[in-house]
Amino acid sequence: MKICVLVKEVPDAAVEKRIDPSTGRMDRSGEKNLNPYDTHAIEAAMQIKEGGEVPVEEIVAVTMGPDSAVRALHKAVSLGADRSVHLSDPAVAGSDVAATGYALAKTLQRESPDLVLLGQQSDDGECYTIGAVVAEHLGMPSLTQVIKMDVESESLRCERQAEYGYDTVQVKLPAVISVGDAINEPRYPSLKAIMGAKKKPLQTVTVGEVEIDPGKVGGENSAAQWVAAKAPPAKAAGEIIEDEDTGETVEKIVSWLDERKLI
Amino acid sequence: MANILVYALHYNGAINKNSLGAVSEGAKLAAELGGEAHAILLGENVPQDLAASLGNYGAKKVLVAEGPEGLAQPLVDAMAKAIGDGGYSYALFGGGLLGFEIGAGLAARLGAGVAMEVTNVRAEGGELIAERPILGDSAISEIKYRSSVGIIIGRLNAFEIKETGDGPAPVEQLSFELSAHAGQATMVTRGEQRGADVDIEGADILVAGGRGLGKAEGFQLCEELAAAFGGNSAVAATRAVVDAGWYPYAAQIGQTGKTVSPKLYLAAGISGAIQHKVGMQSSENIVAINKDANAPIFEFSDLGVVGDLNKILPKLTEAVKAKKDS
Repeated sequence: MKICVLVKEVPDAAVEKRIDPSTGRMDRSGEKNLNPYDTHAIEAAMQIKEGGEVPVEEIVAVTMGPDSAVRALHKAVSLGADRSVHLSDPAVAGSDVAATGYALAKTLQRESPDLVLLGQQSDDGECYTIGAVVAEHLGMPSLTQVIKMDVESESLRCERQAEYGYDTVQVKLPAVISVGDAINEPRYPSLKAIMGAKKKPLQTVTVGEVEIDPGKVGGENSAAQWVAAKAPPAKAAGEIIEDEDTGETVEKIVSWLDERKLI
Repeated sequence: MANILVYALHYNGAINKNSLGAVSEGAKLAAELGGEAHAILLGENVPQDLAASLGNYGAKKVLVAEGPEGLAQPLVDAMAKAIGDGGYSYALFGGGLLGFEIGAGLAARLGAGVAMEVTNVRAEGGELIAERPILGDSAISEIKYRSSVGIIIGRLNAFEIKETGDGPAPVEQLSFELSAHAGQATMVTRGEQRGADVDIEGADILVAGGRGLGKAEGFQLCEELAAAFGGNSAVAATRAVVDAGWYPYAAQIGQTGKTVSPKLYLAAGISGAIQHKVGMQSSENIVAINKDANAPIFEFSDLGVVGDLNKILPKLTEAVKAKKDS
């Protein structure tokens, strides 16, 4: 089995995110981390490989993004991926979700994966949708927010929480699965793995090399156009108590509740 | 003609509340565009009267497709067929997991623009503009569509349910072909309830616990505090801890759980992710206890306490008891 894991570079949660007023899009220049949700997808791939139910020949990390996205690939490789592929091309900059999914699907197509894994959402864009877009372009079944996955010879038995409780779905391979963060506890990379990450093969590809139609990607060709950004209605900030003396803190909470007749 | 096709999720003979909101919203927007809103349901032997009932919420016509329930890709096939046949300009989804998956798949199939987590839609110059909060709700993006079909996926509870229709709508059968890949996923069991059946929707006071409780036993602190408040109080939970098996699914708040608006929502060890926020933000009073001063929940709580819940909750329980007894 060959597993491809889609990863993404996202702004460090500690860095303030902002909108570029000239484009109405998110300013991604402060990006520097592997999307934390993606570490669960890599861990899921590693557990399939180590579980031994099916032989896994290779785990390949795949991303799309500017030069700096290489850091996310190094992190993915340090967590266990065997090699990585970076779609890097100015033509894809500013792509919306649909165009990004198309470009990633074309990049994946060359790898002919048996299983594509990704995290349930990105830490920045809060989309849950990229997996379904990729699956549609690849003509594969897909399921998102999977929290348990058992590998059988030619299919996966997946569990997830949906609108009415937990669903169990049998999905035939090849398939695209986005995993929820409850699926596993990602391991920490060893120092050796971190040091060795830059030595594992990393292939950079362009739009032409993976046969992406340049007329279908990039900000100008994206069907969803972000026209403006505005501030949400102002909301009065709540009161904040820093707990130094717990007895005092609790007194404050109780009187706050009491004033509002909540006790 | 700017018609809107609205997806309606149904289960066990009832339409999902978010879908009823989406149909109501679709009807309002279609009227502003000079078109009609039609709804689509997919399932095995969908009852005619259930489908027709969407007319009460403003659907002028309801399409019913026969196919496997609870999975997204069959709906992508059915909706793509309906849109190909029927001249729709927009596809609209209420908040929910399946809506996200179907909308995204449909965007890929049709080469259409998609906006998700939409909290407001307005008609302007004969087209729709979707508003989507981003960056932890600190800004709102406006999205227009360049494609012939625009796909709008609402945030949970974004669209209000309104019975403004003229009664039952005409129902039409839609025949469509299931694509090869849609047939590769099959539902084994659906809607399994895990853990005890608890009622949190009627509670006036909810003490909710998240991952910050540290372990399943941490819920005991929440239960003791809820008991101290007494009366109509209960304990709720986040998705992360329900998925981890710490607390029953029936007590879960948010995206794939319950929506609540108690008089007091006391969140212990909850970071306040959007998926949680959408299920509790209309609570009258929100109190949050979290050791991380940067937790998003402090941005929408009325009283925020930065500290260790293991120290604070037991003392708070005692103090609430003492106050009640005084």
